[in-house]
Amino acid sequence: MAIFKYSEIGISGISAAVPKEKYNNLAPNDFFTEKEAKSVVKMTGIKERRVAPSNICASDLCYAAAEQLLREMAVERATIDVLIFISQTPDYRMPATSIILQNRLGLSKSCAAFDINLGCSGYVYGLCFAYSFCKHKTINKILLLNGETRTKVYSFKDKSTGLLFGDAGAATLIERNKEAGESIFSLNADGSRYHFIMIPAGGYRYPSSPETVKEKIFEDGSIRTDEQGIMDGSGVFDFTIQDVPQDIIRVLNESGRSIADIDIFLFHQANKFITDHIAKKMDIPLEKVPYSLDKFGNTSSVSIPLNIVSELSNQLSNEVKTVLMTGFGVGLSWATGLLDLNRPYISKLIEL
Amino acid sequence: MINEIINLMAECLEKEPGELKATDEFREYEEWDSLAYLSVIAKIDEDYHLVIPRDEFQKIRTIEDLANYLENK
Repeated sequence: MAIFKYSEIGISGISAAVPKEKYNNLAPNDFFTEKEAKSVVKMTGIKERRVAPSNICASDLCYAAAEQLLREMAVERATIDVLIFISQTPDYRMPATSIILQNRLGLSKSCAAFDINLGCSGYVYGLCFAYSFCKHKTINKILLLNGETRTKVYSFKDKSTGLLFGDAGAATLIERNKEAGESIFSLNADGSRYHFIMIPAGGYRYPSSPETVKEKIFEDGSIRTDEQGIMDGSGVFDFTIQDVPQDIIRVLNESGRSIADIDIFLFHQANKFITDHIAKKMDIPLEKVPYSLDKFGNTSSVSIPLNIVSELSNQLSNEVKTVLMTGFGVGLSWATGLLDLNRPYISKLIEL
Repeated sequence: MINEIINLMAECLEKEPGELKATDEFREYEEWDSLAYLSVIAKIDEDYHLVIPRDEFQKIRTIEDLANYLENK
């Protein structure tokens, strides 16, 4: 069972960046009728998203977030010993984007840098790995970067995904902290449902060809190529309302705490109907569940740190908060973390 | 049970319970769409603590079928 427990390790700072350009889901649009768009907005809660232009990559959003965080916190670059970049929209297929960012950010050559290919579960997975590196006394600080340009992955003409995704990048600084209490993480995977959310072509199983970049029309009227993302909405729905609450209960049981002990529940920002449903079903008061998906859409692994930067900077600056965070999606992969946020530095949201 | 399910279905479809009959094939309603499907599954989960798997739900045709399914669980 992938349960991890840590103590005296914590998050010391978080920053996030989004592209300037807004996309209003309810603005007249050639592909979705007004009724269809309204129904998606009503169900998901996603009114607006940020869309990166062709010259802005996930790494650029992370770079902006990291630069601002390191500068404002006056972090000496040489103290960053591990750089993790989590994304499914990297700059290149090779080399790993983290290595390019090591140089751009002016980090030491003796800093470990690597990418992790995970989506919506990626923030909680990434924090868990970062905490694990921090157990080593030779490691000072860890910089965790989560970045996605999902609007470049999905077709805007796809009925099930065309209005959901947004672009963003975040940087989180993790280090040892004597005041930090126990934190606990649960990481999960289910490859039997890998086809629920995927980009079928463009890898090595089904390589890119003139055929894979042709737009096809599907039964429901959606138009997309085989190199664009697909999502089985009702399959993902069943997964989310079943497996996610079970994982939350498991983490609470492992920690000996109850729903009442948690100050803030940070759900991956994907669909307000679904996460409100989970909250109601688990008797989680809705005022403990902040949302920012109305402004940014589903930004995959960035949604949790973006939600913190966007919604919680005041709450977190005054007192220690116990938070439970849960990320779930493509893989299928899901993860839950229970940790204290000990007044981390929260930088202002950057618009690029 | 059947009245409970008629009320549940009416609430999810934003219809009056009086407009629904036990023998209705609910997929035939004009209001039935993917949002209605998710609402029904979520409401059943809330009220009966049961997530009906998609392939099993597909076999359920009428409101009566749904009531019977839940009664046998």
